[in-house]
Amino acid sequence: MNPDYYLVLSAILFSVGVLGFLLRRNAIVAFMSVELMLNASNLALVSFSKVHGNLDGQIASFFVMVVAAAEVVIGLAIIVTIFRTRRSTSVDNANLLKF
Amino acid sequence: MNLLETTAPIAASGLYSWAWLMIAIPAASAAFLLVGGKLTDAWAHLLGTAASIASFVIGLLLFVDLLGATEGSRAVSVPLWDLITTGDWTIQVGLLVDQLSILFVLLITGVGSLIHIYSIGYMAHDSRRREFFAYMNLFIAAMLILVLGDNYLTLFFGWEGVGLSSYLLIGFWYFKKSAAVAAKKAFVVNRIGDLGLLMAMFALLTQFGSTSFVVVNQNAASLSGSWATIIGLLLLLAACGKSAQVPLQSWLLDAMEGPTPVSALIHAATMVTAGVYLIIRSHLIYDQTPTAQLAVAVVGTVTLLFGAWIGTSKDDIKKVLAGSTMSQIGYMMLAAGLGPVGAAFAIFHLLTHGFFKANMCLGAGSVMHGMNDDVDMRHFGALRKAMPITFLTFAMGYLAIIGFPFTAGFYSKDHIIEAAFHESVVLGSLALIGAGVTAFYMTRLMMMTFFGDKRWLKGVHPHESPMSMTIPLIVLAVLSIIAGAAMNNWIGEWLAPATGAEVEQMSLLSITPIGIITMLTVAVGVFLGWWFFRGEVPSTVPANSNVFAIAGRNDLYGDAFNEAVFMRPGQHLVGGVSWSDDHLVDGGIVGGSTGMVSAAATVLRRLQNGYVRSYGLTMVAGALLVGALIILGRLA
Repeated sequence: MNPDYYLVLSAILFSVGVLGFLLRRNAIVAFMSVELMLNASNLALVSFSKVHGNLDGQIASFFVMVVAAAEVVIGLAIIVTIFRTRRSTSVDNANLLKF
Repeated sequence: MNLLETTAPIAASGLYSWAWLMIAIPAASAAFLLVGGKLTDAWAHLLGTAASIASFVIGLLLFVDLLGATEGSRAVSVPLWDLITTGDWTIQVGLLVDQLSILFVLLITGVGSLIHIYSIGYMAHDSRRREFFAYMNLFIAAMLILVLGDNYLTLFFGWEGVGLSSYLLIGFWYFKKSAAVAAKKAFVVNRIGDLGLLMAMFALLTQFGSTSFVVVNQNAASLSGSWATIIGLLLLLAACGKSAQVPLQSWLLDAMEGPTPVSALIHAATMVTAGVYLIIRSHLIYDQTPTAQLAVAVVGTVTLLFGAWIGTSKDDIKKVLAGSTMSQIGYMMLAAGLGPVGAAFAIFHLLTHGFFKANMCLGAGSVMHGMNDDVDMRHFGALRKAMPITFLTFAMGYLAIIGFPFTAGFYSKDHIIEAAFHESVVLGSLALIGAGVTAFYMTRLMMMTFFGDKRWLKGVHPHESPMSMTIPLIVLAVLSIIAGAAMNNWIGEWLAPATGAEVEQMSLLSITPIGIITMLTVAVGVFLGWWFFRGEVPSTVPANSNVFAIAGRNDLYGDAFNEAVFMRPGQHLVGGVSWSDDHLVDGGIVGGSTGMVSAAATVLRRLQNGYVRSYGLTMVAGALLVGALIILGRLA
């Protein structure tokens, strides 16, 4: 098993996540892109764990999952609240907080 | 005159080791009355008076013991505790009971007790009488520290303590703006003098490594001339502040805003003479420096004329007496500046002045008591019938101050004038003129207050004061008459070890040519005073006064001088500093940096455009940048 494949896959997933985050207007999709980036990094961590033969990477990935779960709760709550008032999930519509 | 070797004080034993009680009793009483609050209101005046009398009794016992002691054992040192021990310096707190300090103790506690008794009656209707007695006891304690301390630092504690109690008592009626301002003025002017004393102490520490009188006196002869002059002038500055000598005289006239017993005790009899005490205590330093000695004599002479001039033109009875106090202390300073010849006479005059001036100040208080607290002599007149005891006691003080033959002032002041003539004809003549002017203004005061027509305001019914006030007056009046003759042949010999020289005894009855000239001058002064004020005295200030009277009424422009020379430049300086703070610091440094931040923010805030995806882009770009830097860093 060559860990390079996993790392390449992780890089591809991360890039997809970054592009999705930057390009999509729908808040839910942007949010899913963020999750994709987190999972890409999880994959990289687990691969490195295998390469180095210790559990540091796996433990770190657990931390990431916990943070992601907490983030999902708050992020979705914000999106739902914004949707209720503005009837839109487009991230470009929530643009009042500016100079 | 024979110069004497200074002898070291002997160690205390027996009664002397309890000498600190003299200070502790009034201090404890003051603390108790201040802390005790309203609970002690009913008997506060009795406790305060008892504390003062207790100190007097201890002082008297010590004095009697010293009288019986042999000459070599009349200076007793009472070490108490070490105040500071650092490096080579050990500064002790200790007391020195000797011929000089015991006389001061008796004056302070004796006259102090009489004034406490007087105050029971005088302050009877004041709702804050307890506080008054607490402050008076505080003053007694502080003044005793001042005169009993055996080194300059202990003296300085007392020096500041009397300054504080003087401040508290001048401003006792602080709800009157004039009293509050006068208290502040006295405090501020005294600080200038205190600076002199502090710097003198620093100089003494650099030269001798000690501030103890014993060490300083033993080594004074080895002091270099310029250091002696510097220390002498600094001590003179201190004395000028406390004793209201020119150029720091301006506070004393305003200090009369305080209750009259305060004026009598602090601003006539005791505290203001502390400067003379300081000079006499440091006489061995002054012996090394003719310059500083001359400065003392000149300051004294200028002040004795200055005060007398003010006394001639004031209508406020207390301010006449304040001018007179300045003038009489001027005589003492003059005598102190003459060196060992005059030192004993300075103390002699200080004691007799303590009696007759306290007597007259209290007499003025008694007059005010009967005249609804009016102080304007133009509203008095013909009071001798209404207040016979006050009149008679005041008259004895009057005779003593003008130097009527065989009264107290006759002996003490004539000796000073005589000694001044021996030293320098100029100083002697000026002192002689001062004696004439003294006679003139005191006669004026007597004529305007007790003789002539009634000029009383409507609704004023003068009456004699209660016993608690008249008895101290009678005691002081008797002392004003007999104290001179009683001490004349004794004090010179008694003080000789402390002042460093044995002066020739002056016979009680012998009258020198200078004495006759002095008496003639005084007679002329009395005659002029009677001539000018024998008739009608206008009840308002006449408009067509001469320039001398107008200058005198304005305190010889002392305040105007201080304002022009010190206050206005000071205000300009403060104004300039404040302007530069506003414009240079706030406007330039602070304003410039905030301006730059705010200008940068005006540009940079455009980045906060409200579009989430642009923030996302920034974040990603930032993360990439950090990642690139880390990788480049690793590669390098």
